[in-house]
Formats: sequence, C-alpha cells, structure tokens
Amino acid sequence: MSYVPSTPAQRQEMLRAVGLSSWRELYRDVPKEMLLEGELDLPTGMSELEVGRVLSAMAEKNTRFTTILRGAGAYDHYIPALVKSIPAKEEFLTAYTPYQAEMSQGVLQSIFEYQTMICELTGMDVSNASVYDGATAAAEAAAMCRDRKRRVTLISGAAHPDVINTVRTYCYGTGDELRVVPVKDGKTDMEALREMLTPEIASFYVQQPNFFGLLEDCDALGELTHAAGALFVMGCNPISLGVLKTPRDCGADVAVGEGQPLGLPLGYGGPYLGFMATTQKHMRKLPGRIVGETVDAKGERCYVLSLQAREQHIRREKASSNICSNEALCALTASVYLAVMGPQGLKEAAEQCMAKAHYLMRGLTALPGVELRYPGPFFHEFVTSLPRQAEVLAALEQNGILGGLPVEGGVLWCATEKQSRAELDKAIALVKEVLAK
Amino acid sequence: MNYPAELQYSRDHEWLRMEDGIAVIGISDFAQSELGDVVFVNLPEVGDDTTAGEPFGDVESVKAVSDLVCPVTGTVCETNEELLDAPEKLNEDPYGTWIIKVEKVTDTEDLLTAEQYEAECTH
Amino acid sequence: MKLIFEKSVPGRHCDLLPKCDVEKVELPEGFRRETVPALPELSEVDLARHYTELNHRVHGVNCGFYPLGSCTMKYNPRIDEDMAALPGFTGVHPLAGEKNTAGCREVLDTAAKYLCEITGMESMTFQPAAGAHGEFTGVLLIKQYHAKRGDAKRRKIIVPDSAHGTNPATAAMCGYEVVNIPSAPDGCVDLEALKAVLGEDTAGLMLTNPNTVGLFDENILEITRLVHEAGGLCYYDGANLNAVMGVVRPGDMGFDCIHMNLHKTFATPHGGGGPGACAVGCKAFLKEFLPHSALMDEPGHLQVRAFAGNFLVVVRALAYLLTLGREGIPEAAKNAVLNANYLMRQIQGSFEPAFDRICMHEFVLDLSEYKKETGVSALDVAKSLIDYGMHPPTMYFPMIVHEALMLEPTETESKETLDWAAEIFRELYELGKKDPDFMHNAPHNAQIARPDEVRAARQPVLRWQKG
Repeated sequence: MSYVPSTPAQRQEMLRAVGLSSWRELYRDVPKEMLLEGELDLPTGMSELEVGRVLSAMAEKNTRFTTILRGAGAYDHYIPALVKSIPAKEEFLTAYTPYQAEMSQGVLQSIFEYQTMICELTGMDVSNASVYDGATAAAEAAAMCRDRKRRVTLISGAAHPDVINTVRTYCYGTGDELRVVPVKDGKTDMEALREMLTPEIASFYVQQPNFFGLLEDCDALGELTHAAGALFVMGCNPISLGVLKTPRDCGADVAVGEGQPLGLPLGYGGPYLGFMATTQKHMRKLPGRIVGETVDAKGERCYVLSLQAREQHIRREKASSNICSNEALCALTASVYLAVMGPQGLKEAAEQCMAKAHYLMRGLTALPGVELRYPGPFFHEFVTSLPRQAEVLAALEQNGILGGLPVEGGVLWCATEKQSRAELDKAIALVKEVLAK
Repeated sequence: MNYPAELQYSRDHEWLRMEDGIAVIGISDFAQSELGDVVFVNLPEVGDDTTAGEPFGDVESVKAVSDLVCPVTGTVCETNEELLDAPEKLNEDPYGTWIIKVEKVTDTEDLLTAEQYEAECTH
Repeated sequence: MKLIFEKSVPGRHCDLLPKCDVEKVELPEGFRRETVPALPELSEVDLARHYTELNHRVHGVNCGFYPLGSCTMKYNPRIDEDMAALPGFTGVHPLAGEKNTAGCREVLDTAAKYLCEITGMESMTFQPAAGAHGEFTGVLLIKQYHAKRGDAKRRKIIVPDSAHGTNPATAAMCGYEVVNIPSAPDGCVDLEALKAVLGEDTAGLMLTNPNTVGLFDENILEITRLVHEAGGLCYYDGANLNAVMGVVRPGDMGFDCIHMNLHKTFATPHGGGGPGACAVGCKAFLKEFLPHSALMDEPGHLQVRAFAGNFLVVVRALAYLLTLGREGIPEAAKNAVLNANYLMRQIQGSFEPAFDRICMHEFVLDLSEYKKETGVSALDVAKSLIDYGMHPPTMYFPMIVHEALMLEPTETESKETLDWAAEIFRELYELGKKDPDFMHNAPHNAQIARPDEVRAARQPVLRWQKG
C-alpha cells in the first residue's frame, strides 16, 4: 500500500489529461541508462496488521526494565497522561513549520508560551523555539559566543562526553579550537580554568549538575570567566532548576540544556529537545526560530516567526547556524509538562529526585566496598566504587532493574521521583546479596 | 527619489560626506526604498578597521538582509547607536541618518557624484 | 485567545506525584533557587481545554490539503504513530547496552538496509536530527575525506544559486568558502559555469535532483563526472527524493553521499516544525567518517548530537517503508509526479507555470506577468487560499523565479482534491482581475488578519511578562 487514493482508472485519466500515455514519459528527462531495471530489493508491501506484528516483534527484543537507575544524559521520569495525549493530536502532530501565521496561531502561541516557560525556568530574557538536543545546544552556544577576535571555546571535562564530542565536531567544522578544562575530584578544576582563560577564549561551558551528578560552583566559575572577558555558558538539567539556582543568578550569558526530562520518553535517545536562552544583549545572536508577539491588520494580538533575518533562509552562507527544522513537538511536550507540573509540582519532582538519589546513595554506600567516589553535594546522580561490578549489574538486570552506568572510577547511579522506596530497597538488597556471596 | 548634490555615492548605495578628515557614511534613499522597512542594523564596534569595498555591517528588513559596504579604508571612530532602537530612521530620513564615522582614512573607492549615481539607479 | 499564563489561578494545580516516601534533602546554601518560576497554575481540565483550543488553531496535513513546495507534506499514517508509541521502544534507555537494545539496533539496521537500497548507498547513519543537520553531517564526510588524504587546498563547496538556504549555510559551518554558480534559465546546472569554477580547490558540490524548480537535471552524469575529475565529491540533498525513489537512485547518478528527510519522503509527521529525522548515506569509502556517539560506541569519531539520533522517528519511517515495500515505493514516486503534472495542467490557462514542460513532484507558478497586470502578488494569492482552508504553497522560492508559488501536492492527494484545488486557483485568478483590493487584504476569514511583521521585528516581544 502506498496511501495513494486515486484508482487505477483515475490515474490513467490523469495521465491522459497531461497528454501522456505511459508512466515512462513522466520521467523522460531521466537518462535511460540510469533508470532502475527491475524491482528494489525490499520486502513486498505489508498490511497494517503485518507491520504491527513485525515492529512489535522488534520491540520485544529489547529488555523491558521495571526500574531504571541509569541516567547519564537520558532520564526516566514520570510522564503525566496529558503530556502524552496533547502532542499526539492530529493538528499539532502533522503541521509544518508555522510560516503562514494566519493558519498557525495554535503552533505559534504554543511556542511563545514555551519560550516564556524556558525564560522563567532559566531566569534568562530570551529563548528560541528549540534546537535538536542538549549537545547541539551547547555547540550552537559556543558558535554564538565567538567573534572576530575571540575564537577558542573552553568546555569542562566534567560535561557529558557526547556533549564534549558534539561541540568538538562543530568546532572541527568551522576550524575553531576547543580546549577541555581538566577535572579534579569529579568537578571542573578551577585553577586549571584560571590558567586557560586567555584573551583568545570566547566562552566557557560548564554542565550543572555535571556528568558525575555533582554540583559545580557556578558562581565562582562564572566570575572567573567574566573576569577574563569571556562569556559563560551553562548546560542545565531542567528538572533540577525546580530547586537549583538559575543560570541567570549564576551569571550565565547563555543557558542551554537537554529538555528530555520534561516529559519526553527515553526512546533510545531521541527525539529529545535542546533548549537555549540568553540575555537581551545577545538576543540577535541566538540561532534558530523565535516567535514574537505583534498585532494583525485589525489590531488584534497575534504571533509570528520573528527576527528571521538571522536565519539561513535569508542570510545563507553568512548565517551562524544552518538550523531549519527544530524539535517543535518536543518543545510543546515540554511546555505541557511544565504547565501540568506547575511551579510547585516541578519543585516537588526535583526534591523527590534528590531525596531518592540520596536514599539510594546511603543504602549502597552502607555496603562493604561501595564508596562514594567524589565529595560534594549532588542532585540525582552520583558515582560509587563497586566491587564485582559486572556481576552486580547482571544480577540487577535479571531482576528487571537497569543499574548504574559503568564509568571511569566506578558506576554512575541515578534515581528520580519515579522510583518508590520499595524499588530502591529491592535494588540495594540485590547488590548486597551479590557482594555477600 | 532624492539624490542630494553635496554627497558622494558608492555603487553599493552608500553615501559619504567628509567632515574634517572623517568619513560620515549612510545609505541612500534608493537603498532604503529597495530594502523596505528596515528592522535592524548590525553595527561594527568603535576601533574596528574598515576596508574600501568590504562589508562593515548589515541592515535587515523582515525578509532580507543586505551588507553595508564601506567606501573607505580606515578605522571606525563612532557608530550611530540610536539606530539600534530606531532602525526606521533609515527609512524616514536616509540622508539625515548616518550609520558610522570613519577616521584615519587611507583609501577611498571611486565614488560617484549625485548625478552619476542617479543615472546608475534609474538605469 | 488568552495565553496560558493569563488563565493561571494562584494555588490551582494537578496532583500527579505520590507523597515522598523517603527523607527529603536540603540543598546547601548558595545552590538554592531564590525565585519561583512563573509557570502556570491550572487544573487538568483547564489545561486540556487550553491545548485543545490551541490545537483548533493549527492546520496539519492530516486536516487538509497542504501543497507546500519542497516540504513533501504527504499524509502521516496513524500506524506509524502506534509503532513509535510501543513501550518496547519508548522505554529503552540509550545506554542500556547492546544486548538489552537488540530490537532498537534491528530497527536501525533494517531501515538502513532499505534506505541504502533505495538510494544506491552502502552505509548509513541516523544520528542527524533534521535535514540541515544531515547536510552538516554529509559535508563533514567530505571534509574528513580530504583531510585524511592530506589534501588541504580544497577550500570551496559549489552550490547552485537556486539552492535552499541551508546548503550555503551548511558549507559555511563546515569552514568552506561557498561558490555560488548561476543556474541555467530552467534551474538546471549551467555546465559551462560549473566547469569555470571547478579546480584544485574544489572540495565538493551540493546538489538536489530533481532541482529546486522541480525539474530533473538530465546532465546529471556529466555533472558528477566533472566534479570527480576535479577531485571533488558530490553531495546529494535528498529534499526532492520523493519524485524519484524506486525509479532512479542518487548513487547511480554519481553521488558519494546523501541525506534524506524522513519527515518528508518517508511520511513522518513534522510536528509544527520538528522533530524531523535524517538518514545520511554514503558510499563505502566514506563509511569510516560517519558520526558515532562517544558514550554509546567506540570513541574517536565525530558526532553531531548525543546518542543515536531521533530513534522514534526512524521507527515511524520503518513502519512506512514496510507498508509500501518494493512496489509501493516507486508507486508513491510516480503518483507524486503524476499529481504534480496533473495539478499544473489543471491550473494552467489561469496562472502559468514558470516552465512549460513535464515537471517532477513539484512545479513553480510564475505570477510576475499577472502581478504587472493586476497588482496582485504571489503573496496575495497565497493568503487568499487560506480562506478556502488550503495551506498556501511555498512563496518566493526558488529565488530565480520572481513572484513564485511552488506547489507540491504529493501522491496522497486524490484527483478530487486536485480538481478542487485547481478550481480555487482559477477562481482566484479571475477574482484578482476584478477585485485586487479584496486579495491584497486576504485572508478574510482566518484565525487572524495579516500580521504586522515589521512591528514584530522592530520591537521584539518574545515572551509573556507578568503584568
């Protein structure tokens, strides 16, 4: 089936109407020797029922865990029912980019509301309509901070490895340099940063909480960065912003992050959501689409895609980013999530993440040979040493629990509001059992 | 369309007036009318070097962006920051609204007189 | 309508989480949030109605005709959504390890195999999140290829002037100097212009075929041969693949790498601007340069985003590929081309096509004569269509045609819909002659009248502020 509604008789009629007698003539500009002979090596088309069978069988080959204690950039949070149903609505789902404002007020207003929520969450002045994910948001931020004189980007070695590598890739593209600031005790090495903040540095990126779950001293990092005349970029976990000091209050010039925790499923890594916000001063350098408020010819309030002269379709090779499609539906999902949670619900989710992670940490580190790897406050992730690591993680998996992620120096654990105390107790008991063997 | 005789013009539609060795630069009436409503002006920084025939900034309308090409080689000594808040001045009064001032001018493009420029535009 | 913040009532909320069953932890001084974010405070019913009201002010391809040129707005099948919502996919952590994610790997491998077959490529990645992101990935393949050979003098990427803005922007993001070459009057590559710019500094050519005016470039083999002879590589922008899938393959046209927009050609929904998903394919000699996640795969590769890409979008595209199969893929392409030609001929006689010849999956109307005659512009016609419940075509693109309207009906529109659309175009053609003012002021019955975009750009209001 190809979803073509015209009947064979209608197709013949249409061919005749355009003055042709065969399909071949539609492709008469295609040199004959290039036309495919015979059929593609694909299976024959399937009915809806069969497609369902084939893909369900593939889905079954994945292990389903009842408890996920792994984060590292993708977090298992509770997704409220409304957050799933709204973005699945036919209209939101199947619309294109809202270039025609007269027909797209729903999409435009939803983006305007999203931009406002991201500003509220981060404390920044201006948000764009989204970029692909947290890693590309970091890379775009690095690009927007560079100017003619300052070309080099610094990134904390305690950032997510995929973020570092993505920023490195974007820098490779433009031929600019990326330098990684070393890590000391699981956090950005402040002294090393001080040394590295030379006059050619455009910006410094720190992740809060960092890859190891630890809280960085962002105020101090921001001050150091600004003192050297560079811009300060923070990569934030949006749920943590329910309780953590805003990037604005930490002095950030650009706040970015991975929006997946805001109601998006793990989904084997995507689609996710990159959010990006900045201060009034840097508004014009923000890449991607931005929705603005205006009035229509009758004087009524309405919304349009605005400041478009920054973008590739107008600025072409002079645009600082080539981004066109973004993650609009994921941004809608995130705003429904934030609206459903409300200010109190978001704070509660953040507090419970922290509470559960600390409970898990206490339970695990009470076991012999399991020790907290790094000192200092953390949010909902932490690294421990773990004897007989492979065995422990295998035992957890056999019991429906995805344990922490093996990283250098141990295992990176995560807990969120989604896990009950009973689930955490079960995981701790299983680890204890293996270690006691 | 207005072409004041006391100004000199570049083929890229900038006007220039020399004031005590300082080049005062703006865009012509023709340029603003081709652009339509100007919504933003990207200005260089004071101290930036300019090169004759090279862009020093750009002007944005809703659906287009155009380079501002500098007719002289020198150093930017002043920018019209008023334009950041009121870019419409370029539409309303293109010859009364300068964009940048350039000092230490060492080189100048071949410029046109008002008469020559008008001929160029109406061609 | 009101903004969600204007509906907020202090103290109202939804209760979704159980009480915390472990001891809460205080953040140390200096780390705590000092302000409460002004998120809306609403009940579930308020929220359901707010978003339903917004949803009523959206036009999707599943709601009505959407002939937006170069965007391939075909029907988005519901089964694809069901498949992407399977808990066996949605609940998978990207770092759960190979043996726990065998099903996801199978989805990616199967989709890669089919798409390689359709495009004539030998290897594929799904890491890029959208078309422009795929272009970036593809041109980085070219950059790495030259770098590995130590060929540092190749600094230029050739892009035809009719190209989509993402092409030159991408080349610039990859550090290349962009060389724009003028198109021949029919939008095809001007071979002489191409020869004139090819040389030792050519890194590659970015091209879409069918081109941006909807015509198949019959010199394509000569074009790719010339670029290869000069030592450059050929990049295929798959934006227009829908016209030729199952009929002719970019790999057989001489292209070395390609991107495909799964949200165009393979029917995944566009979600009001994204998420898209992109497959980037290449010939075997470029495979080593494909991107990989530092955390999921072995380190030492470039990567364009975290993890493996927009996986759940790939699931949708695979459901679509399985549904169409080997017969359905060329059937879709042929009917897309037939529908475009049929609609063009039905409209012809009123608004005239820019190129009076067989088109591919889309065609361009040139309204410049009509505008001279009546004062009615392409924009006026586009806005008038909204009153009929039809999404306007792409306006003022490609830039080589003035007063352009670019229509791409796709294969999923019926003859009845095309007849209806043609009728409306003919009606508007007559209306513009009689009452141009009416059309200058269109739309008349839409959600809003024409917005003041100048005001939006001059005095940007980009967020709601507490009054």
